[in-house]
Amino acid sequence: MNSNDTILITYREALKQAVREALHKDEKVFLMGEDVGRYGGAFAVSKGLLQEFGPERIMDVPLSENGFVGAGIGAALGGMRPIVEIMTVNFSLLAMDQLVNNAATLLHMSGGQLNVPVVIRMSCGTGRQLAAQHSHSWEPLFAHIPGLIVLSAGTHEDARHMLPMALQSADPVIIFEYTAMLNMEKDMPGNTSDFNINKAMVRKPGKDISIITYGAGVYKALDAAAALATMGVEAEVVDLRILRPLDKDTAFESVRKTHRALLVEEAWATVNISAEISACIMENVFYELDLPVQRLGGVEVPMPYAKHLEDASLPQKEDIVERVKKMLQHD
Amino acid sequence: MSLDCRKEIFQHLNNNVKMSNIIEIKPVHTIDQVHGMQLLYQMMRIRRFEEKSAEMYTKTRIRGFLHLYIGEEAVAVGVMQALVADDNILSTYREHGHALARGIDAPVIMAEMYGKMQGCCRGRGGSMHLFDAGKKFYGGNAIVAGHLPIAVGMALASKKQNKQNITCCFFGDGAVAEGAFHESMNLAALWSVPLLMVCENNLYAMGTAIRYSHAVQELEKKGAAYGIGSVAVNGMDVLEVERAAREAVERIHTTGRPFFLVCNTYRFRAHSMFDAELYRDKSEVEEWKKKDPIQALQKQLLNEQLVTDEDVQRLSHEIEQEVQAAVDFAEAGTWEPVEELSRFVYSDQRKPA
Ligand SMILES: Cc1ncc(C[n+]2csc(CCOP(=O)(O)OP(=O)(O)O)c2C)c(N)n1
Ligand SMILES: [Mg+2]
Repeated sequence: MNSNDTILITYREALKQAVREALHKDEKVFLMGEDVGRYGGAFAVSKGLLQEFGPERIMDVPLSENGFVGAGIGAALGGMRPIVEIMTVNFSLLAMDQLVNNAATLLHMSGGQLNVPVVIRMSCGTGRQLAAQHSHSWEPLFAHIPGLIVLSAGTHEDARHMLPMALQSADPVIIFEYTAMLNMEKDMPGNTSDFNINKAMVRKPGKDISIITYGAGVYKALDAAAALATMGVEAEVVDLRILRPLDKDTAFESVRKTHRALLVEEAWATVNISAEISACIMENVFYELDLPVQRLGGVEVPMPYAKHLEDASLPQKEDIVERVKKMLQHD
Repeated sequence: MSLDCRKEIFQHLNNNVKMSNIIEIKPVHTIDQVHGMQLLYQMMRIRRFEEKSAEMYTKTRIRGFLHLYIGEEAVAVGVMQALVADDNILSTYREHGHALARGIDAPVIMAEMYGKMQGCCRGRGGSMHLFDAGKKFYGGNAIVAGHLPIAVGMALASKKQNKQNITCCFFGDGAVAEGAFHESMNLAALWSVPLLMVCENNLYAMGTAIRYSHAVQELEKKGAAYGIGSVAVNGMDVLEVERAAREAVERIHTTGRPFFLVCNTYRFRAHSMFDAELYRDKSEVEEWKKKDPIQALQKQLLNEQLVTDEDVQRLSHEIEQEVQAAVDFAEAGTWEPVEELSRFVYSDQRKPA
């Protein structure tokens, strides 16, 4: 982004503007999901849209994740441009069959005849004491599935601009949004001309170490980088953004520059995105490394309810700072 | 009522004997004094406990999601009368009432909601995930209809082992729209298992009124599609709920088949603590409040001169102390050491090296 114009905006408002704009731009677009209309959206993202667009375009659906996600896929096949909201990622498993066996496969199984241009939005993430069933970080599960495009909106800018890009895709797109960030206010670049959903982004340049992350890790990593800067360490923060297909080149470029990499995410460490990035670094830029790649992921436990336990089970800013200091043997 | 007799009743209540199988109930709407007071006590206790929970939520002592059962107490209390200690119970995230009526102690529930180690799940479950294996209370499930298939499986296990217990599963009107409900009904009927499916139809699933969720809003009709006996009752009348539940349980025992009981009720409070209630009129809520199950029973007991105003006051007083004791217990509780974070992922024998 090269514009100096910025807008102060909450993450929630950024999401809402994106949905609203999409509804205005294309009459084939409609939003369907549980409580998106009369309730105003479980997290108030779609508040007021029912009044503005009416119940045909802001469709409340009954509790039936498998059913209505399947209906969204059918509507997309039938020429519409549905935005399907799964209230939170935690309930997405009930729709997994539709997503994995239909959305992701129809193009291939039909020999290239059928596109499924459906966009699935899900709020997700941790940090609100919602315990083991309501605090999932399942980006890796979806990033595992060929046929899906998986996006992670770890910044306000992406909350605002990923959806319109996703609606231009001919293939199914899943967008992860982060509930814990909804009320967060940030300055967002006004200029979006160079926006894309193909590339990872360097959110802060640095020369000493690459912190490679996505989602809820992005702002934590930026905070950590700011703290490290006061100690004379210049960390580079890479936001992966696109989890499938992964843009590895941006990560490699960063490693070529810093020669050190710390991979950070909230998802359980085993078989997560960082595991994949780590393997790719070994395969491609191993000789660039001064140190072994290290990872900070979620502790492998169903999320506990109690605040101190929840905090302890996630990588925090302090953990990032400590780990970087250790890696650089900085005192 | 003589003073001595009343004293006995209070003692009876205080002995924490809340399991219904101990008390013989006469059918229909004649109430025995002890039983009438016990029902009143249980409903009042749930109400007060939850009012206190809301207060503690506002004071940020309780966090996460908190779903109140206020207005719906007659369902949990009424149905629980028909169950015995050996029966299995499964419920939703709106389960404080079921847990209390089942006899899980108020202090350990409160401590759980505080996230304290002394809570029934060591602070790992919170309000939505109350479990007590000893009381055969299997949660506390926060995925709508997520527990219905489990309930079918538990009932199947009882059948396979020739056990005489039944499984009772509580869920909302919203859950009836889920595939899991329909799959569970089919399997329960197909396998002919001793399962009592109790739908708490409070007319809303979060902000979605039943008319926006269900093409057929008389939910009891859905039992027919699976060949399951079904009935709908006034869920604001604890005696009617109790009678229907007793009949249902008897039928399950005699036929060995599942039964579908729909209790039409209403939640007086917001869906959870994060709900501006944009989807319904205040006047609608006020109308329903006139059918308050606690006031209704109280009135009936007073009219039939089975209790006096002083009795009710004394009950309130007892409950106030009990609820305060629960809060004190939770406040005094301690946090589980962070070193224990990774416990209970595997049972100890299976813990990987
Ligand atoms: C599978 C699933 N979808 C959505 C939700 C979010 N949610 C929680 S409670 C609820 C409404 C459920 O209504 P109902 O079954 O009638 O129960 P009530 O809350 O009225 O007791 C919704 C949509 C969830 N927890 N699980
Ligand atoms: Mg309901």
